[in-house]
Amino acid sequence: MLRDITLGQYYQTDSIIHRLDPRVKLVATIAFILSLFIFDGVAEYVIAALFLIIMIKLSKVPFKFMVKGMKAIVFLLAITIVFNLLLTPGEPVFTVWKLSITKEGIRLAAFLTIRLSFLVIGSSIMTLTTTPNQLTDGMESLMRPLKKIKVPVHEIAMMMSIALRFIPILMEETDKIMKAQMARGADFESGNFIKKAKSLIPLLVPLIISAFRRANDLAMAMEARCYRGGEHRTRMKPLCYKKRDFAAYAVILLYLAAGLMADRLVKMVVVLL
Amino acid sequence: MGIIKVKDLIFEYIRRDEEGNVEGITTAVDDVNLDISQGDFVSILGHNGSGKSTLAKHLNAILYPTEGTVWVDGKDTKNDEYLWDIRQTAGMVFQNPDNQIIGQVVEEDVGFGPENMGVPTKEIWERVEESLKAVGMYEFRKHSPNKLSGGQKQRVSIAGVIAMHPKCIILDEPTAMLDPKGRKEVIRAVRALNDVEKITVILITHYMEEVIYSDKVYVMDKGKIALQGTPREIFSQVERLRELRLDVPQVTLLAHELRQEGFPIAEGILTKEEFAEAIDRCADMI
Repeated sequence: MLRDITLGQYYQTDSIIHRLDPRVKLVATIAFILSLFIFDGVAEYVIAALFLIIMIKLSKVPFKFMVKGMKAIVFLLAITIVFNLLLTPGEPVFTVWKLSITKEGIRLAAFLTIRLSFLVIGSSIMTLTTTPNQLTDGMESLMRPLKKIKVPVHEIAMMMSIALRFIPILMEETDKIMKAQMARGADFESGNFIKKAKSLIPLLVPLIISAFRRANDLAMAMEARCYRGGEHRTRMKPLCYKKRDFAAYAVILLYLAAGLMADRLVKMVVVLL
Repeated sequence: MGIIKVKDLIFEYIRRDEEGNVEGITTAVDDVNLDISQGDFVSILGHNGSGKSTLAKHLNAILYPTEGTVWVDGKDTKNDEYLWDIRQTAGMVFQNPDNQIIGQVVEEDVGFGPENMGVPTKEIWERVEESLKAVGMYEFRKHSPNKLSGGQKQRVSIAGVIAMHPKCIILDEPTAMLDPKGRKEVIRAVRALNDVEKITVILITHYMEEVIYSDKVYVMDKGKIALQGTPREIFSQVERLRELRLDVPQVTLLAHELRQEGFPIAEGILTKEEFAEAIDRCADMI
């Protein structure tokens, strides 16, 4: 049951987006997020929306999986909308007591909602189509230049992938410890928040101790298999760009260019008509 | 000199209190001598705390001798220059299968050793394929290790070591955490490696049934080698093994008890087949 948990939310299917190099997807996601913050205007957001819709279609991942990610930010979104609506100074549209909803407030709130939801959907396209493994590989490769300023890039990537490997194991262990303690009368369910938090302490202590023990064993096993950091290491699955990856980079550039020129494009269309 | 030679090995664990003063010294391995030839299947038996795991960690340069010397393929383990050569020559499989699998996919884990050694990508794939086939786990190459049974995980760990093309594999209680079925799987895989690939195997265990196929058995007690010989020689000494708090395989014990009762059955019977034969002969005589 707990064994089946895969971290991240990888959705197994075969699509052009799935087959892209993880580096392309990382760069594209960063570019898309940046574009959302640079863009400021209806025309630009139409382009961003079109881009997003095309990507969703291409990824062959059902849309409801992407909306799932939205649940996490509903609260945040609600707060931003309320504050922006009420506290933006400008031309009032609607006034109750001392608070007034302004035209500017509506505009800001609408843009923020779009920004945040596009951001979440955009990044979930990446996590849904890339395995955690590919993601760490991609990050390691993209961050390689940072090695020059002594950032331990390989080590960070190795830690991330080990963490990913051990999350299900530690979950299973938590489950075991909980059951063992429940069998002896521990109560994790009832009581208020503070009481529940307190009952977690006898759970966390053995869990952390066992995690250290595991780490010790794993380090020994890695050394026994000649692990000595990133130097002299070869890759079993090296990342290499294919034609489609360069095409994807071109698409991203096109998208950014279209977004930045959206205003002029609109004017041209208007003039032509 | 054999593939592994241990001379006058002493290893002491030094316990210190919080200020770093020596509280006590435990001698885990006490004056051990071993000489293991290439291609042998050697078992090291011992009760908990007999020092067998500590000894094993010396054969892979994870621990260094306090006194004495360990040579792996003629190289002194104390010499740091040879560290990686030694670890490549003498691969090690540990007890807990969960704590030694690094990859998130079976094939990636098997490739981890060769990756560290700097083997070219194409050759890594060849090695991964051949080692997974050698332990019968090739069809699981795309699986997540979390979904495998204990025996399967341990076979993956063994494949991970074979992929480094070692001359010798040290298995430190590889079956201690497995169920009987998993134990059989692992031991079968290890025996096949020794028979087919001629890899030297050093099996550390406290299950008697697992050592009956070895060429030589060492029994450890309190850091010393208490007994050594072929499995038959060892299991002929039922009383002595009991003193060392070790059991003998059930068939051997049954044969021994029958002999005590006056039946003409030889000492040191190891397998059911041998026992059946002995009983037949016995019945003929009576």
